[in-house]
Formats: sequence, C-alpha cells, structure tokens
Amino acid sequence: MMAEIVGAYFTSHVPAIGGAIARGDQHNEYWKPFFDGFPSVRRWLAEVKPDVAVVFSNDHGLNFFLDAMPTFAVGAAKSYANEDEGWGLPVYKSFEGHPALSWHVIEELVGSEFDITTCQKMLVDHAVSIPFELAWPDAAEWPVKIVPIAINTVQFPVPSPKRCLALGRAVGRALRSWQGNERIVVIGTGGLSHQLEGERAGFMNPDYDKFCLDHLAADPDALTQHSVEEVAQLAGTQGIEILNWIAARGALGDVPLAEVTRNYHIPISNTAACTLVLEPA
Amino acid sequence: MTSDRSLALRRSIPGTALFDGELAERGFQLNAMCFSFNEAANRKAFLADEDAYCAKFALTPEQRKAVADRDVPAMLRAGGNVYYLAKLAGIFGLNVQDLGALQTGRPLQEFKDYLVSQRAGIDPAIAGLHVSREIA
Repeated sequence: MMAEIVGAYFTSHVPAIGGAIARGDQHNEYWKPFFDGFPSVRRWLAEVKPDVAVVFSNDHGLNFFLDAMPTFAVGAAKSYANEDEGWGLPVYKSFEGHPALSWHVIEELVGSEFDITTCQKMLVDHAVSIPFELAWPDAAEWPVKIVPIAINTVQFPVPSPKRCLALGRAVGRALRSWQGNERIVVIGTGGLSHQLEGERAGFMNPDYDKFCLDHLAADPDALTQHSVEEVAQLAGTQGIEILNWIAARGALGDVPLAEVTRNYHIPISNTAACTLVLEPA
Repeated sequence: MTSDRSLALRRSIPGTALFDGELAERGFQLNAMCFSFNEAANRKAFLADEDAYCAKFALTPEQRKAVADRDVPAMLRAGGNVYYLAKLAGIFGLNVQDLGALQTGRPLQEFKDYLVSQRAGIDPAIAGLHVSREIA
C-alpha cells in the first residue's frame, strides 16, 4: 500500500479573484478569460479524486508577521481556519488537516537538513482558500485534507529558486515513502509576474512567464539559474510567488510529466494570471 | 552566499526597493499597525481616532505623516510593506489597482489601461486556454 501523487494544480491566487467570485463576475468580459481555465481543472480533479492536498503558498500577513518570519513553515494542525484579512474578502471555509502526513513530511525535511518551522496552529489566507474556491466552487466542505507549506516571499532574504526546488523534491520523497493509500495532489499558488508596489507597480513580464511555463515541467532546474532578486527583477516583486510553483513542481519528482490544461491571461487586477495542471505522463 | 550582484539588485531595480532587513527594521511600527487591521475592531478604532491609534503603535514622525497624508510612496520609504499597507488601504476602500495608480501618478483608468495593454506582449504560443487532455 503506497500513496500516489496524482499530479499538480497551479494557479494565481490574487484577492481580486475572491472579489470577482463574491460579486458573481465569473462570466463578465473582464473575468471570463481567467475563469474559463477552471472547468478543465475541475474535470481533472473529479477524475483523479485526490484525498489530500499538499499546498505550497505564501502568507500575506494573516498568520505570520515580521516579529517571527519563518523561511519555510509546515502546518501540522488538525484544522486550518481562514480569517478576516482586512481587505474585504469573505472569510472562507476551514480546512481539515492531516497531522500524521504533516509530521512524516516534517521528519523527511529535517532529516534532509531543511531547518523548517513547524506549526500546530496556523491560519491560511487567500493564497490557499482562493485556489480551493476555484477548484471546488460548489463544495459544502473541502473534499481533501491539506498539508500547507508556507514559503516566505514577504521579507528578503527570501529563499532561492534552487532551495525551493530542493525543498519540493524533499517533500516529494516524503510523499512517495508515506505508507498510506491516499491520493495526493500537489498545489502551487500565486504568480505569475506582477508587482504591487513602487513606481514600477503594474509591471508584468510575459516573456519571463513563458520561460517558466516552457521549463517548469520538463526542466525545472532551468528556473534555478536566477537568484530570487533576479526573479524579482524579471517577474516583479510579487512575481517571486513563482517560488511556490517551483517547490510544488519539485514535489512531483523527476518523472516525465504531461500537461493536462493551461490558461494564461493578462491581466487580472495587476497580475499576469496562469492556471496549470501537470500529471505523471 | 547571496552574490554582490543580487544584493545590489535589492536597491537598483528601477522604481523598486526590495523589502529587506533594513526596510523591515525601519518599518516595523507602521507594519505592526497595519497587521492589526486584520481585526475589524481595530479598523474601527483607527477610523474613530486616528491619532490615538497611531500613537498606540508608536509610529515614527515620518510614518505618521505618510499615513496622515495618505502618501503611499512615503509609506514605502518609511519601511511599509505592501502586503500590510494593503490592509490600511482597505480601510479607505482602496484596492491594489488604486494603489498602483497612486504610486505611479496615473489616473486610475490610465493605470488599468496600462495593465490591459500588456496583453499585447504575450507570445501567441502561451496566450489563452490550452487543453492538452480532454476529460469527459
């Protein structure tokens, strides 16, 4: 009996998506090109029927503040709540955790010399909730348990793409050695290129996004040629959320992958949006 | 080690200052106040008595002036981080597109048009929806 990694789902997570859902704007001219990416994601999830999601994302000042800012934080809670983030989004449904799998991942990570933070209490923000709202819009409760992994993208020094890929690979090793029969989906959220602050606010870079999309599946190491400062230069200051995608890609392991569906659209709010599903070929 | 080139980028990307230790230290009080705005009661207390609320968090004079002036670039220079500042902006009903317009000195519609205009730069090979495996 072994757990199976069914594939990975990646998507942008900006709060404005939550606003669009709350207003029922999914079909208007502005939002439709983005939301059109999700029926194929939902059909894929219905087919592969995951039980657990390992979610790589970044906190935006709901759970973590600058008093104590972990570079990598792994949730090991029985449940994870969302709360008021201060900018008008609805409070989203809570998530059921999978503490036993969390601790197994934590053991593998620390055993592999990743000096992570472990969290038996952890709030999750829109970076987790919005991808779930997009994937399972009609769910009364979430159909999967989660193991959330937060990567610091708020305060430099931020971990490098290389380190995030290695972290993801270590998480993948843990998942493949888990003695359970769960079907596991890996989720990477955020990005792609965007910048919220400064005189360069509004910056996007479809060429860098294309580079990432061209290499993520077959050659993720190509994304580690840049330092994270260089990624900020190329992708914008919030575009460094690609780190979550890189880590999630690492968790799939070094196996041939096939793309199931992909949608790339500019803009949603200030962001170049992308949604992607990869599965073992 | 972070290379000298990467460290230099923290301050040399045009129109951008990467939020590092120097800025995090400078901005701690302002960001702490903004972090408190996760709670509705705190947002209300700020609106009821802005001076008293800012005093409670011991904002620096530079931070207090930036908040009083609703001057987002000045808040950034005073160490504000956009993730936390967005919670302050939310109190005034401003979203990140409004913030973008304020920071770039463009009228809101012009800033939105600038965002949409970047669609023209997308390589057609990646534009839009591509379903590689149809699932019934």
